Amino acid sequence: MLGEGILKGMAVTAKNFLGSYVSDERLTTIQYPEERQPLQEAVRQFPFLVFDGNDSMAGLRCVACQICEKECPPKCIYIEKSKDKKPDYIGKPQLYPATFDIDLSVCMSCQICVEVCPFDAIKMDTEFELSTSDRFGGLLVNKTQLAKSNQHYRKIHPTEADEVDGRLAAEKAKAEAKAKADAEAKAKAVAEAKAKAAAAAAPAVTPTATK
Amino acid sequence: MMNIVFAIIAAVTIAAAVAAMSLRNLVHCALALTVAFAGLAAAYLQLGAEFVGFTQLLVYVGAVAILVVFAILLTRGSEPQQSLVSSGWLAGGLVTIAVLGVLVYAIAKSSVVHRAAPAQPDVTVLQIGEALMNKFVLPLEVVGLLLTAALIGAVIIAMKEEGRK
Amino acid sequence: MPDDLDQIFVTLNHLIRDLFPEPWQKVVSAVISIAGIIGVFASLFAVTTVFERKGLGRIQNRYGPNRVGPCGFLQPAADGIKALIKEDLVPRAADKVIHFLAPLMVVIPAFLVYAVLPIGRNMVLTDFDAGVLFFFAIGAATELSVFMAGWSSRNKYSLLGAMRAIAQMISYEIPLILSTVTVIMIVGSLSTTKIVDAQAGFHSIGLPNWFVFTPWGFAGFVLFMIAATAETNRSPFDLPEGESEIIAGYYIEYSGFKFALFFLGEYMGLFAISGLGITLFLGGWHAPLAILEFVPSWMWFFAKLLVLIFGFIWIRGTLPRLRMDQLMNFAWKFMLPMALINIISAAVWHFMLPERAPWERWLVGIALLVGPYLLLGRGLMEGKKLEKRTYRFAE
Repeated sequence: MLGEGILKGMAVTAKNFLGSYVSDERLTTIQYPEERQPLQEAVRQFPFLVFDGNDSMAGLRCVACQICEKECPPKCIYIEKSKDKKPDYIGKPQLYPATFDIDLSVCMSCQICVEVCPFDAIKMDTEFELSTSDRFGGLLVNKTQLAKSNQHYRKIHPTEADEVDGRLAAEKAKAEAKAKADAEAKAKAVAEAKAKAAAAAAPAVTPTATK
Repeated sequence: MMNIVFAIIAAVTIAAAVAAMSLRNLVHCALALTVAFAGLAAAYLQLGAEFVGFTQLLVYVGAVAILVVFAILLTRGSEPQQSLVSSGWLAGGLVTIAVLGVLVYAIAKSSVVHRAAPAQPDVTVLQIGEALMNKFVLPLEVVGLLLTAALIGAVIIAMKEEGRK
Repeated sequence: MPDDLDQIFVTLNHLIRDLFPEPWQKVVSAVISIAGIIGVFASLFAVTTVFERKGLGRIQNRYGPNRVGPCGFLQPAADGIKALIKEDLVPRAADKVIHFLAPLMVVIPAFLVYAVLPIGRNMVLTDFDAGVLFFFAIGAATELSVFMAGWSSRNKYSLLGAMRAIAQMISYEIPLILSTVTVIMIVGSLSTTKIVDAQAGFHSIGLPNWFVFTPWGFAGFVLFMIAATAETNRSPFDLPEGESEIIAGYYIEYSGFKFALFFLGEYMGLFAISGLGITLFLGGWHAPLAILEFVPSWMWFFAKLLVLIFGFIWIRGTLPRLRMDQLMNFAWKFMLPMALINIISAAVWHFMLPERAPWERWLVGIALLVGPYLLLGRGLMEGKKLEKRTYRFAE
């Protein structure tokens, strides 16, 4: 019958209209900026530098190897190496970046810098509300602005941070164990050498007493 | 008071009619003609003939003007604008003045001007309807037939063109 | 007390009018009424734009505008300011005079027609003897302005849109007027106040005497509303303005305030034609039940108007846009025959007097309408495969 479909359609829209006042599934809008959508864990926005401990400059994991600078497709990272060295998490003296600039207006969040970093020093942040009114330099961030602590990393990407921390802790333990083994071996070698020197000196004094 | 109103309406109508003749752009002429129609409707209303006035608006402004405009657009819209004045303007002007003089003389001399205007009958729509259905039913039916013939003819002409294509 | 509230605007009008000397009183009274009408209906326009956007939003599972003002109700103010401060672009090749006049020619007839709508008891601006004819005559001027808008932009797409719009409006004017002819025939007068007066009183079973509660009145009302939707270019007949999203409608070259004027004219036309529908079929300012007659008459008029507006919004949210040929087919092959048959049905109803044939009247009336409706409907749907679509996927 002509008009039947129209009436059925009107019933559907009426149900939608009235339902939008009562049920949530009919009105799923999230009122930004009062409400935020909960983000998934693997969300990525722009990079940041991780530091361990409390001092942001001393605990910085980055050793200025410049791999991320070379691999970055839009070339938005600019690194200058330092002249002196500082110890890293194992204790080995490493270079550190004197300047580490990222131009966030160029960065395309491809995560290649994170994937190639051998030191787990650069990771992806989840902050996206970065708009600024300074058109030319407002999105150029330097080392101080980029350095965020490991606690922050644990908070935004818990499983990744767990995995990274586990790996670094294992390496540190291995290095420490190796260092301890080295130290023990060295101490033993020193003690043996000393004993040998003592034994070499002692027989000259009493050659007949032992017979 | 009524004379002032009539003077204004007449001035508007005549100005629109003159514009309809003398404007360069054809569509402007058509729109000026529409204003002339509306002026006529205002004249009818001023005389108290409500039904005729509104019917004039409905039919002329609402239908005939659109027909004129459609006709212009579908046929001549892209033609370059012609000159305002044709070559035989002197002869035409003389003939017009002569005819106008004859008409004015005849009307002024006749007895119609001196006759007192009769009492205005209070014609309601009801009376018009009754007259149409009782006294003037034959002309009504003939006009209806004529319009039907015109409609069918238009449909046939339009259909034939499609058939040829 | 209810009578006072009912006539409150008339009393106010008289109060202000009496402050002026004798020869000015008529003019002053008219001016006050006109100011009242413009003020009320323009604010109704503002409120309707918000209601429409919020209503459509809720139908489409989203909020409407809800930032400006409480629950978004100051949105029209923001829209008005935006329309006023936008740059008014006139294309270089456009016909400047006509381009300027077209929005005015949309708005002025739209406001003029309110003169014959009886908004309450004793509250009609002018009581023409041929009020309904006045309405349609002035409404016909709107079509010319559509053409002016489309042609003056010197844009092929704009002109096409205007031609389509005019074709649509002319086609639907005939069922519109024919469906009102039934009412005029039964009442015997073209005057809107007389038509409202003819719908006073109540039946024995409590139903009011409105024409919509008769078979021909109901069919006439439905036809009238469909034709009204098409006349005012509203969804689902909004091909002239919906095309703006695709290529160009007839007001694509208009920006800023002129655009706002077009929308004002469209909504004013919508209210006016709804008002006429209320006057003709829904009993004007009469109350629906006898016990509710204490509510002022103008409140009933606006309540019915709001119901109709909500109906328009509902239809807009439900139906997709009709294509041009579907539109024309519907007008000429369905609505015109139905309107003509409606006239016959109304005449039969009128001559079968209620005292002699109370229920045969209803039977014949309904049969005379439902039969052609089914046949015409089947005729319209013939040749179209309207089953549910099935898909065949590649293996």
